[in-house]
Amino acid sequence: MLNEFGIRVICMALYIVAAPLLGGLLDGLDRKISARMQGRKGPSILQPFYDVAKLTQKQLLSVNRFQLLMVMSYLFFVIMSGVLFFGGFDMLLCFFSLSTAEMFLILASTSTHSPFSTIGTHREMAQMMAYEPMILLTAVGFYLAAGTFQVSDIIEGTTPIILYAPGFFAGFVFVLSIKLRKSPFDLSTTHHAHQEVVKGVTTEMVGVEYALTTVTEWYENIFLFGVIGLFFVTANPLSFIGAIAAVLVVFFLEILIDNTSARVKWQMMLKMAWGVTIVTGGLNLFILELIKR
Amino acid sequence: MKNIHKSPWLLHYDGSSCNGCDIEVLACTTPVYDVERFGVVNTGNPMHADIFLITGGINSQNEDVVKQIYEQMPGPKVVVAVGTCACTGGIFKECYNIKGGVDTVIPVDIYVPGCAARPESIIDGVVKAVALFQEKHDKKKRKERAAKS
Ligand code: SF4
Repeated sequence: MLNEFGIRVICMALYIVAAPLLGGLLDGLDRKISARMQGRKGPSILQPFYDVAKLTQKQLLSVNRFQLLMVMSYLFFVIMSGVLFFGGFDMLLCFFSLSTAEMFLILASTSTHSPFSTIGTHREMAQMMAYEPMILLTAVGFYLAAGTFQVSDIIEGTTPIILYAPGFFAGFVFVLSIKLRKSPFDLSTTHHAHQEVVKGVTTEMVGVEYALTTVTEWYENIFLFGVIGLFFVTANPLSFIGAIAAVLVVFFLEILIDNTSARVKWQMMLKMAWGVTIVTGGLNLFILELIKR
Repeated sequence: MKNIHKSPWLLHYDGSSCNGCDIEVLACTTPVYDVERFGVVNTGNPMHADIFLITGGINSQNEDVVKQIYEQMPGPKVVVAVGTCACTGGIFKECYNIKGGVDTVIPVDIYVPGCAARPESIIDGVVKAVALFQEKHDKKKRKERAAKS
């Protein structure tokens, strides 16, 4: 029988190997579903992999070497957040690591002094301001519902967290559109072909740099979907099926929102995100506190 | 890497076109023609582009712009001139400010004639460009390997 340490190591290794594959497939599925929603045939589901493979073959016309280093650090810290999460460690640590990763993305884009990436960076920081409170509250929500920040203990529960924390869940799904860079909040950069600030933070990323950024986003998405799944997981192994179903529903919902809404201004994004955070997260927090008394 | 032709990203630049050809280029991305099924992405960023689509001729104002965009694109890259104006200067050829086709400032690989160029012929040109894109990449790889051994 495997001991707990063994299981943790296997989960972490699985994340490192499988997350980019799964993330890329989800990305391909996203493009396919989006195309079908727009009445087009759409590219192959493996298209994101072709794109990344091509990008690695392009000439590295980067403005400076610093950028590549920053992009690598971004990748490293995102992987770290996912590894900590799937290894069953402290949730707060995962989210802090994710914020650190974000800082490296900002450094990578500002290092070029390109006007487009500078505007993108400003917007990226506004986005961070918008979603960080909700992300941290989500961790608090898990703590209040399960009595621990440790992912390995949260999944040992008997009732799914969603029953205690539906408000935190709704808020997290809301800010997920910002994290997944989807409309109406794809301000700093978008996964679509282009926007009014060209490609925002990723404008100056060439060839392998852009490939790494894309792969990083896949890692990040899998981690975030993991958090969605965690709301549904209990000690019962069957709950994993429910968790996966929930993740797919949220994924579809995000694509639907993406295809049916236009971009908002960043002020609007801040107001909406904070509004939702206060209403859903705050209310849920309040009720949980009352119940616990 | 064998399959870089599966992911050609386009950059469309409008020189001094009458907009006829631009509309046809955009028509290629609509549901009827849907070039995205070939993996084509209509990017607005030269840093990410593989194929440079230009409509309209070159005048003294956009000459530097075209050169700069071309230089910002990382290799391997392919240039496609779409429409008679981009190929030769077309109907505007004799105008005082027109220098001529795109090949007066940067090397053009594929010429797509027509006034306006039909979406079908533009897609045809893009498919040719994609093959050339792969070829340029293979050639570069071969050269690198030869230099190593
Ligand atoms: S080729 Fe004809 S349609 Fe195209 S830009 Fe020139 S004049 Fe306009």
